[in-house]
Amino acid sequence: MEFDALLLSRIQFAAVISFHIIFPAFTIGLASWLVVLEARWLATRDETWKRLYRFWLKIFAVSFGLGVVSGVVMSYQFGTNWAPFSLFAGEVIGPLMSYEVITAFFLEASFLGIMLFGWERVGDRAHFVATILVAVGTLISAFWILSANSWMHTPAGFEIVDGKAVPTDWWAIVFNPSFPYRFAHMVAATFLSTSFAVAGMAAVALRRRSDDTGARRSLAMALGLAAVLAPLQVFIGDLHGLNTAEHQPAKLAAMEGHWRNEGEHGVPLLLFAWPDEAIEGNRAEIGIPHLGSLIITHSWTGTFPALTEFPADERPPVAVVFWTFRVMVGLGLLMIVVAFWAQWRRWRGRLFEDGLFLRLLPWMIPSGFVALLAGWFTTEIGRQPWVVYGLFRTADGATALARHQVLTSIGGFAVVYSIIFGAGLYYVGRMVLRGIVLPEGGTAVEPGGLQQAKRPLSTIGETLDGDDSAGGG
Amino acid sequence: MFEHFTDATGLALWLPLASAGVIGFSVALYVLMDGFDLGVGILFPGAAKPEWRDAMMVSVAPVWDGNETWLVLGGAGLFALFPVAYATLLPAFYLPLTAMLLALILRGVAFEFRFKTEVHKPFWSASFHVGSVVATFTQGLVLGAFVEGKAIEVGAGHWAWLSPFSVFVGLALLAGYGLLGATWIVKKTEGEMQAWARDVAGRLVAVVAVALVIVSVWMPVMAPEIAARWFAWPNVAMLAPVPIVAGILCVAIFVSLRRGGESLPFYGSFALFLTGYAGLAVSLFPALVPGRYDIWQAASGPSSLSFALVGLGALIPMILGYTLYNYYVFRGKVRLEDVDGYH
Ligand code: HDD
Ligand code: HEM
Ligand code: HEM
Repeated sequence: MEFDALLLSRIQFAAVISFHIIFPAFTIGLASWLVVLEARWLATRDETWKRLYRFWLKIFAVSFGLGVVSGVVMSYQFGTNWAPFSLFAGEVIGPLMSYEVITAFFLEASFLGIMLFGWERVGDRAHFVATILVAVGTLISAFWILSANSWMHTPAGFEIVDGKAVPTDWWAIVFNPSFPYRFAHMVAATFLSTSFAVAGMAAVALRRRSDDTGARRSLAMALGLAAVLAPLQVFIGDLHGLNTAEHQPAKLAAMEGHWRNEGEHGVPLLLFAWPDEAIEGNRAEIGIPHLGSLIITHSWTGTFPALTEFPADERPPVAVVFWTFRVMVGLGLLMIVVAFWAQWRRWRGRLFEDGLFLRLLPWMIPSGFVALLAGWFTTEIGRQPWVVYGLFRTADGATALARHQVLTSIGGFAVVYSIIFGAGLYYVGRMVLRGIVLPEGGTAVEPGGLQQAKRPLSTIGETLDGDDSAGGG
Repeated sequence: MFEHFTDATGLALWLPLASAGVIGFSVALYVLMDGFDLGVGILFPGAAKPEWRDAMMVSVAPVWDGNETWLVLGGAGLFALFPVAYATLLPAFYLPLTAMLLALILRGVAFEFRFKTEVHKPFWSASFHVGSVVATFTQGLVLGAFVEGKAIEVGAGHWAWLSPFSVFVGLALLAGYGLLGATWIVKKTEGEMQAWARDVAGRLVAVVAVALVIVSVWMPVMAPEIAARWFAWPNVAMLAPVPIVAGILCVAIFVSLRRGGESLPFYGSFALFLTGYAGLAVSLFPALVPGRYDIWQAASGPSSLSFALVGLGALIPMILGYTLYNYYVFRGKVRLEDVDGYH
C-alpha cells in the first residue's frame, strides 16, 4: 500500500471524524438527560435534582467543548482535502450543512452560555428553556448531518449536469431512502452510549461512597432507559440492514461475508470467518445454516446478491466491514444482557449492592462509543469504493495535495487531539471520583485535601487538583 | 447596474449577488466578534495580575462559541453557495488553515479546562494565549495571500501563501484584534484593570493606523491590477472616503480612550474594522477568487442558491435576535461569580 496523498487524506478524514463523533454522541445524550433532570427539579424542588443537574452539566460542558472544536475542523475538511468531491456534491451537501449551522449550531452555542453561566441572571424558567433549546439543537444538528451523509449512501432528488450533482427535488434529497433509518438508529445509539457512560460513571462513584444519592439516581435512570432502548436498537438496526440490502447490496454482502449463492442451501449467518479477497471466500468459517437467508429475505432458502456477482473493483474491503459489523452487533447484544440484568437486580432490590455487577459496569463506559464507531466504519467502509454511492469514486474525490502537507496536518491533529482527549478524560475522571451528589455534611463534599481559594479571585470555584483519597473507602 | 461585470439578468443576476452578501456578512461578523475574543487571548499575558486574567476569560466565556460559529457559517455557506470557491481557496491555503484550526482547538478547550485546575493552569493559559495568537496570525496570513493572489493562481506552489506582504498582514491583524480585545476589556472592567486596558488600546490604535497606511501603499505598488482597480472610476469615488473615515475613527477612539469613554472605543474599533473591510470588498468586487472566478462564475445553480437563501434569510435575523439577547443577559461589568457558580 502506498502512502500517497489520497490514502493519507482518507486516514486523516477517518481519524478526525471518528474523534468528532464521540463527543456529539455524548452531548446529544447528555443534553436530553439534563432536560429530564432540570424538569424533575422544577417539578419537585428537591435540591438533589438540582445538584445532580449541576454535576452532569460540568461533564456535558467538557464534552460539548471538545465536540465544538473538533466540529469546526470538520466543516473545513471537505474543502481542504476533498476539493473534487466538494465540486461534485457541493450543491447538494453544502446547503444541508448550512441549514445545520443556522438551525442548530447557533442555537446551541448561544444558549449554552446561559445554561452554563446564566442561572442567577435569568431565573429558573428561562434557564430551563435554554436547556431545552440546547438539547433540541443537538438533535437538529444530527438531523442535517445525517441527511447529508445518507444522501451520499442513497443519493436521490438530483440530476448530473456537467459532471456535477445538481439538485432537482429538495424533499427527496433531505428524506433520501436511507435517512429515516440512519437517523433513528443514530439517535438511539447516542442515547444508549450515554446511558452506559452515565451508569458506568455512577457505578464508579457508588463503589467509592455507597451513600452517593446522585450516583444511585443516575444509575437507576440510565439503566432503565437502556433496558428499553437496547432491544429497540436491534429492531431499528434490522430495519436499517434491510434498507441496505435494497440500496447497497455489495455492502450487505460484505457485512455478511457472503461470497456466492449456492441455491437451495440458502445463506448461513456467519459467527466467525476470515474473509480473504485473494481466494474470494472465507477461511475458518463458522455459521448457522439458513439464518442469514431468514434475517435478510425472511425465507428459509432466500438468496441475496453475493460479492462475486459484483466486479472486483466495485466491492468494499470485506474483512473490515465483516468484523466491524460483528463488533457493533456483539456489543448491542451485550448491552441487552447488562440492561436486563440490572432490571432483575432492581426488582430484587439489589441494584446498588456492591458486587460483580457494579464492578462490571465501569467496563461498559466505552461500549456505546465503540459500537457507534464500529457501526460507522461498517457503513462508510462498506460504501467503498464510492464516496457517493454508484456515482463518484473516493479515489476521484481527493485534493491533489503534496504528501508532506497531509503528513504535517495528520501530525498536528494527532498531537493536539491526544492532548485534549487526555485532558478531557482526566478531568471527567476526577469529577466522577469526587462523587456525584453526596449527602449534605458528608465528609467528602468538603474538598479536604484540595486547594481552597487563597485570595478570593485567584481561584475561581473549586478546582480538580489534589488527591481524592477523602472520598475513598 | 452590473452590466459591465456580467450579462446575467433576473435571478441569475441577483441570487449570486445576494449569496455573496451573505458570505460577506458572516465573514464580517466573524472578524468583529471572534476578533475581540481572540484579542482578549492575545493580550492575556500582558495582564499584571492573575485575577485580571480570570476576568478576561470570564468576560468572553459565555459568548466565544457563538462568535466562532460565524466562521463555521462562512465555511458551510461558501460550500453551499460557491462550491467552486470553496474547492479552490481551501486547498490553496492548506497549511495555514490547518494551523488556524489547531490553534482554535487549543484556545477553545482552554475555556473548559483552565478553571478546573490550579496545577495545570499555566498550561491552559499558554494554550489560550498561543492559540489566539496563532489563529489570528494565520487568518491575517490567509487574508494577505488572498488579496495578493499568487497562492490562488493555477499551478501555484504549496508555499505561495508565504510572502512579506502576507506576513505583514498577519502581524497587522494581531494589532487589530488586539485593539478590539483591549477596547472590549475597557468596556467590561473598572478601576486599575480598565486603566491598563485603556493604555494598551491607545497604543494599539496608533499601531493599527500605521499598519493601515502601510497596507494601502503596499497593495497598489505590489500589484498593478489592484492599482488599476483602485484608481479606476467609479471605484476611486467609492474608496476615497475610506481613508478619511478610518483616520477620523482612529482619532475618535484615541480621544475617547483618553476622556474615559467606556463603550465608545469598542464600537469605534468595530466601525474601524468595518471601514477597512468595506474598502477591501469594493476593491475586490466582483471577484470571489481574485484573478480566477467572479461571483457569478463561482455560484451554485439556482436550485441550491434559492433553497439555501430562503433558510439563511429567514433564520439569520432570528440568530441575531437571540445573540443580542445573550449579550443582554451578560451585560455590564464582568462578574467573576458567573463562573464561580458553575465550576
Ligand atoms: C450504540 C451504538 C449501536 C449499537 C448498539 C448498534 N448499532 Fe448499528 N450502527 C450504529 C450504532 C449502533 C451507528 C453508529 O449509528 C450506525 C453507523 C451509521 C449508521 O447509520 O448507524 C450503525 C450502522 C448499522 C448498520 C449499517 C447501515 C448501513 O448499511 O449503512 C446496520 C445494518 C446496523 N447498524 C444494524 C445493527 C444491529 C442489527 C444492531 C443490533 C445489535 C446494531 N446495529 C447495534
Ligand atoms: C461521525 C461518524 C462517521 C464516521 C466514524 C465516519 C467514518 C468514516 C471512515 C472510516 C471513512 C473511510 C472509509 C474508507 O476510506 O475506507 C469515511 C469516509 C467518508 N465519510 Fe464518513 N464517517 C462518519 C460520518 C460522515 C458524515 C456525516 C459525512 C458527510 C456529511 C461523511 C463523509 C465521508 C466522506 C466524504 C468520506 C470519503 C473520504 C474517505 O473515503 O476517506 N462521513 N468516513
Ligand atoms: C462531516 C461531518 C460533520 C461536520 C462538518 C460537522 C461540523 C460540526 C461543527 C462545525 C460543529 C461545531 C458547532 C459549534 O460551533 O457550535 C459541530 C458540533 C456538533 N456536531 Fe458535528 N459535524 C459533522 C459530523 C457530525 C455527526 C455525524 C453528528 C451526529 C450525528 C454531529 C453532531 C454534532 C453536534 C450535536 C454538535 C454540537 C456540539 C456537540 O454536541 O459536541 N456532527 N459539528
